[in-house]
Amino acid sequence: MTADAAIGPGETVAELADLKVWFPVPGGAPVRAVDGVSLRVRRGETLGLVGESGSGKSTTGLALLRLVDPTAGVVRVDGQDVTRWSRRRLRGLRRRVAMVFQDPQASLDPRRTIGASVAEPLVVHRLADTAAARRRRVAELLEMVGLRADLADRHPHELSGGQRQRVGIARALAGEPDLIVLDEPIASLDLSVQAQIMNLLRGLQRDLGLTYLFIAHDLAAVEHLSDRVAVMYLGRIVETGTPEQLYGEPAHPYTAALLSAIPVADPRVERHRRRIILSGDVPSPADPPSGCRFRTRCPQARPDCAEVDPALVEVAAGQRAACRYAGEAVRAMRAPTAGEGPGR
Amino acid sequence: MRERSGRPTRPGHAGAPARRDPAEPVLAIEDLTVTIGTRRGPARAVAGVDWSVRAGQTLALVGESGSGKSMTVLAATGLAPRAARVTGRVRLLGEELTVLPEPRRRRLRGRHVGFVFQDPMTSLNPVLTVGRQVSEGCEEHLGMTRRQARERAVELLDLVGIPSPRRRADAYPHQFSGGMRQRVVIAMALSCEPDLLIADEPTTALDVTTQAQIVELVADLRRRLGTAVVWITHDLGVVAGVADTVAVMYGGRIVEQGPVDAVFAAPSHPYTRALLAARPDPAHRGRELPAIQGAPPSPLDLPAGCAFWPRCPVRGDARCEHELPPLVPVAPGHRVRTFYPGREDA
Repeated sequence: MTADAAIGPGETVAELADLKVWFPVPGGAPVRAVDGVSLRVRRGETLGLVGESGSGKSTTGLALLRLVDPTAGVVRVDGQDVTRWSRRRLRGLRRRVAMVFQDPQASLDPRRTIGASVAEPLVVHRLADTAAARRRRVAELLEMVGLRADLADRHPHELSGGQRQRVGIARALAGEPDLIVLDEPIASLDLSVQAQIMNLLRGLQRDLGLTYLFIAHDLAAVEHLSDRVAVMYLGRIVETGTPEQLYGEPAHPYTAALLSAIPVADPRVERHRRRIILSGDVPSPADPPSGCRFRTRCPQARPDCAEVDPALVEVAAGQRAACRYAGEAVRAMRAPTAGEGPGR
Repeated sequence: MRERSGRPTRPGHAGAPARRDPAEPVLAIEDLTVTIGTRRGPARAVAGVDWSVRAGQTLALVGESGSGKSMTVLAATGLAPRAARVTGRVRLLGEELTVLPEPRRRRLRGRHVGFVFQDPMTSLNPVLTVGRQVSEGCEEHLGMTRRQARERAVELLDLVGIPSPRRRADAYPHQFSGGMRQRVVIAMALSCEPDLLIADEPTTALDVTTQAQIVELVADLRRRLGTAVVWITHDLGVVAGVADTVAVMYGGRIVEQGPVDAVFAAPSHPYTRALLAARPDPAHRGRELPAIQGAPPSPLDLPAGCAFWPRCPVRGDARCEHELPPLVPVAPGHRVRTFYPGREDA
């Protein structure tokens, strides 16, 4: 199944088709981190990928860069099937698809200067012939992300967390990529710094025409930055749509529960709002439930949910949900008496 | 002093202070200051902090990294690092903690204060069953027998929502998910029916659906057991959901404190206002967020006047840069660190 085929035009930059990434477990069933994901990222958009830990959202991002090997399915970048590319050919791919990680402290080599880290892709991809050209380009990249060019001589420990994340972004920009996979780029930053980085990402997208796959668990940040959002649960996409659709009229019970769990910075709202509290934990991805994977925690599960694995189907123009009772189940959860537990 | 049998009743155990006035705060700190000696000189982590929390109430301490929010409660409970110099007054259940000898302080803390930290594995011993870890406190501080303590542990695991608690009591921490581990830590923290629960970013490492479960759990326990809670967080949404009163910290000082409704409805310090404004919300979708420039200051290098001055969008006047503004009342119980109370642009 190819996702989103029905949704309007827009050139595809990268695409995953029925992707599976299973990790072997010695003496046990494999962990199905990604288990049948189809996604299409269109040029110039930000596609938000949300989900909780263990949902497979980070593995999906890594698969796009071929940093993990798919067990099945196809990874396509700029129309080319890169699923079986060799390491040598992948070097070229990694110029076109760059990545920004959560912890800039961990993704920068502490012994190298900022300039050397930012210049690395220039060297690998032979994008600057001379040392002087490299220096000029590094200075330009640092300025693009709002840093002074003289920071090139510093080491990561001399920078603040926000500055280090800016360096991570500068390095991702070095190869002039078509797509940047942002994996939790603001999660480890101070609150006052998160907004700066979100503004920077938006500004760079506008100025350079970048395409983002924005992976995060922070639903408010995803809503803010994304043109479209995909929600993952236990290795699958359970719903896709625009932020207005998903945050306004979620069709999948998991999306509704996830949104109702986000705290709102208003004590009057918090006091009176009715949360959908899910019981229990996410099941093991080595042994997902039969039928719908969410049914073991779904407040609206029906007997036949155990039997049929629901496909993503269109519930509104551009909005798709993998639930046999899409829409109906959410309305029942939100109705005054149903589906709401005191959470124990 | 110690009872050897029976279920504990609330006050008056293991050498607890005499019965107290319910209006008396469970924990009150006054002019608390913490200076830490480092290789690069003294770091003033906390300066002149006052607050108190009553039975059944939740105080939220909000701040970014280096704001001093965690150090405040560590120092208040006698857990500050050895290199720290702590001054000021701390009264736990009416007893002045700062003058108590360490063994007595430890006993008081062990019996009356429960702790929940961000990473549950820092509180759990990987080689002991969770039942044993929960029951330990009951034996140690409530004088229960091993069998009684074990029963109590099963009850507590049930109370915090661990399914099949009798069976799960024999499991080890690695056999639990992150959310379930945090529930075990909360059960441990509650084992002595503490008067005070200190929760330092207890949901930061958890997913939002699990966070919602823990927030509900603590709110429920507080209502049922009358526990006072100090909840440290950087998430203003969590604050709005859990707190009765809030203290916003920046650069080691409180910049604004008061009832949660007042602080959110009428945030009066430029920092509080800027923090609330910088949160993404649907009204700003697709637009630039009003971000605060720069980064929080290091406790090693604090500005002379208002610590927020270098990043302040208002910058009242040169006085703010050079002199420390006082914490002044702007409404009943609502205090703001400013020279210009009531002025929107100050």
